Amino acid sequence: MVERQIAWKAQNENAVIGKRHLRIDGVEKATGDAKYSSDINTKGTLFARLVTCPHGHAKIVNLDVEAVKKIKGVKAVHLFKDVGAECRWDGELIAAVAAERPEQADDGVRALKAALKFEVLEHFVDEEDLKSGEAIGRGKDLGTNTKGDVVAAQKAAKAVSTGYYGIHTISHCCLETHGSHCEWTADDAVNVHLSTQNVSGTGGQFAGPLGLDAANVSLTCNYIGGGFGSKFAADEWGLACAKLAKEAGRPVRLMLDRATELKIGGNRPSGFAKVTVCADAEGNITGWESHHWGTSGINGSTIRLNQMPYVFAFDNYKRSATGLSTNCGPQRAWRAPNHPQLCAVSQTAIDDIAAKLGMDSYDVFMKNLAKTPRGDVYAKQMEVGAKLIDWKKKAHLHGKGQKKGGVVSGLGMALHTWGGRAHAGTCTVKIHPDGTVESFSGSQDIGTGTRTVIACTLAETFGLPETAVKVNLGSNKYPRSGPSGGSTTVGGVSGPNRRAGLELLWKIFDLVAAKHNVKADSLTAAGQKILSDGKAVCTWKEAAGLIGPMPIEAQGQGPKSDGLTDQGVAGIQMAEVSVDTETGQVRMNKFIAVQDCGLIICKTQAESQVYGALIMGIAYALTEERIMDNKTGRFINADMENYKLPRIGDIGELVVEMYEPESEYTRGVIGLGEPPVIACGAAISNAVANAIGVRVPVLPMTPKRVLDALNGGAV
Amino acid sequence: MPDQSQTTNRGSGYNRRDFLKGSGAAVAATAIAAQATDEVQAQGKGKPNVVSSGATKVKLTVNGKDHVLMLEPRAVLLDVLRNDLNLTGCKDVDDRTASGADTVMIDGKPVLASSRLAIQCVGQTIQTVESLSDGKNVDEVITGFVKHDAMQCGFCTPGFVMATRAVLNKNPKASLEEIQKQLGGNICRCGTYHGITKCALEIAKKGGA
Ligand code: FES
Repeated sequence: MVERQIAWKAQNENAVIGKRHLRIDGVEKATGDAKYSSDINTKGTLFARLVTCPHGHAKIVNLDVEAVKKIKGVKAVHLFKDVGAECRWDGELIAAVAAERPEQADDGVRALKAALKFEVLEHFVDEEDLKSGEAIGRGKDLGTNTKGDVVAAQKAAKAVSTGYYGIHTISHCCLETHGSHCEWTADDAVNVHLSTQNVSGTGGQFAGPLGLDAANVSLTCNYIGGGFGSKFAADEWGLACAKLAKEAGRPVRLMLDRATELKIGGNRPSGFAKVTVCADAEGNITGWESHHWGTSGINGSTIRLNQMPYVFAFDNYKRSATGLSTNCGPQRAWRAPNHPQLCAVSQTAIDDIAAKLGMDSYDVFMKNLAKTPRGDVYAKQMEVGAKLIDWKKKAHLHGKGQKKGGVVSGLGMALHTWGGRAHAGTCTVKIHPDGTVESFSGSQDIGTGTRTVIACTLAETFGLPETAVKVNLGSNKYPRSGPSGGSTTVGGVSGPNRRAGLELLWKIFDLVAAKHNVKADSLTAAGQKILSDGKAVCTWKEAAGLIGPMPIEAQGQGPKSDGLTDQGVAGIQMAEVSVDTETGQVRMNKFIAVQDCGLIICKTQAESQVYGALIMGIAYALTEERIMDNKTGRFINADMENYKLPRIGDIGELVVEMYEPESEYTRGVIGLGEPPVIACGAAISNAVANAIGVRVPVLPMTPKRVLDALNGGAV
Repeated sequence: MPDQSQTTNRGSGYNRRDFLKGSGAAVAATAIAAQATDEVQAQGKGKPNVVSSGATKVKLTVNGKDHVLMLEPRAVLLDVLRNDLNLTGCKDVDDRTASGADTVMIDGKPVLASSRLAIQCVGQTIQTVESLSDGKNVDEVITGFVKHDAMQCGFCTPGFVMATRAVLNKNPKASLEEIQKQLGGNICRCGTYHGITKCALEIAKKGGA
């Protein structure tokens, strides 16, 4: 008897879910057939280029648009700012020029720049320099909160460790820059191809400012070349693209240039902290005291105060924060907002108190798991990780490793948490009389593998191979889905598709039951057949034929509290590095991630998310940072040669272990995109400290910072 | 040291090859791209550049087909492939040749399409990623990328496919070190290096494809 209840199958009954699958749009992506917004090339498309502010802070005193309009090939000019306007950071948009050919747009940009004059104003961009920032009124007190008595805890402690920790701002640096292609189809209707993580939500953002009915904005994003939290909005340059297209009476493609992408396309705020942590002789942490600061740009915020220290809630603490207002581009959500920075400035301090106690960092983390929300899961994950990296055998106390030719290795770990609740979303699932299955939703694939996830969900439901399901995404004309941010998509699409799928399946069961004279509640769907008590009754195709000449369809909704999705994951990471004490170079040897995410839909793609996160983590731990020039106020490494991301040979061996015992499976689907990028910075920093015996206080741990640390912190 | 004094604005109408020599030194450890090396070697061997202003007729041979286009001498190959010929598999990362997403083959050698002017390629054979599939059959490198899930957003993927194809053409039994070195000129922001390495190694281990 099969009860009609919305649920996933038992873990061991799945034929598709939890298994390995090929990405169903993999061939399109690899062959170049997949069309991204920056690839849209309709007839007559004009190409836009941008003029931006080249100062940290300035006022526009002269600007000549008419000269630009006379340039051969230039068809339209849009001004974001005019004479008298203030520019508050390097890269702020001033104008966009659309022309027949990109090189002619460049001519227009040159002509505009020739007449563009600024009055340069005072700027402040040194986000690490709290004292100077406060002295010129750029600091904002973000509060203090306390629990227990941290002073008493410090007095009673066996060891007290005080340290300085920090993590610099990084940019989203999407490979496909932000932008769109806009084409008016009537005086009051526009087609937009936008590189967006928010297909269902951005049409209205065009409609309002353009004075259009929202129904007249057709928004498409079939593929997006990276977003990481920075592509939720139409953005002023998206609106400019639509306006240029209107003015020129031609389609326009406007993508940010690389430098502007890095400067204004989004960044993750920095965080710097002074921390004092204390512990008893057994390694139990008894008190935490911290003050941290950093910048999110002109608004002057930093990483969240009430999550410090990260994951652990100690009995006694005092924490405070200051936000610095800087002339830097504004922040956007970056994969797991706040978490990677909080982890990097707090779990490093935990590692340091372990060193001070003369204890293995692993033991101190283990000892304090009771102070975390999911201590039992972390403990098991740590055991798994320790085996994979051979912790017990390789571990040594900080700085006590064997040096070979100036190179010494070390181990470090850290742990993280994330919510990952399914976003609100709907879908339509359709079964055609010939048995073909389609799903429609205004969702998107930011690399998660959304199409494959939906295909697997419906394939499992109907007993079909995942390749039999046609998935339609990427249009705001499809049923509304949620934005892909915060690890909400896999739950956000699998829940509604499962619900709609089951509703349709039950209809088909009723038809099969009537036709073949079997009990509807004896039926299951598997292997492209409908079975009664395990015995084949008819094929899926025959069953679908019973619906008559018209397709049947159902709307799925979510999230619901029916157990299909949940929230809250744990994860631990362990790094093994080698540090060359003569050059300051850090090499990744091995990097382990043990991660849960509830029920896994496609094992291969889940692992890919984690591999990718580890590499992003290696990037911000070792090489990647926005470098602001104090003198000019400019973002001086806003290009891909100098904004250093790891290459294929820089990552060492990666090991991903999905933690999925039945107790996790039965929780339902939980998002996975964010968590594995969180602990990387702290884990790698702890491994470096373990290797060289001193803390490299600030991430990324460039060779210079490593050498400075080895030289006793001299700068 | 290569001359790095030239301005780096897009499409300003000079030979863009020299950039490559400069970029190799500035990127991360393994990033001295094979493409860059090939480019440097190719320097001086190309056709003489007789540059006139205004659009002129340019004949390009791409994926076995001839195209006659009216182009200004300063038109960059990448823009021409993408905007005039709609071959959008080579991606515009707008990075002045540091990411490899615009990898194509010219006379069989990997070249970054943003590093060439279209007129420099007259008389040469240009192959884009589109040449690796005919709608039905796809190159084994593509099959391998899918098999090893060597992609997420997929934006860097066609460039990596072309670079991998080039490594394996050069040495069908390429070692891990060769693969890492020669793919070191390509960047993936989503972090798909694990799958790409597995794919390339698997093909190399069986002696190429
Ligand atoms: S898959 Fe997104 S950049 Fe490589």
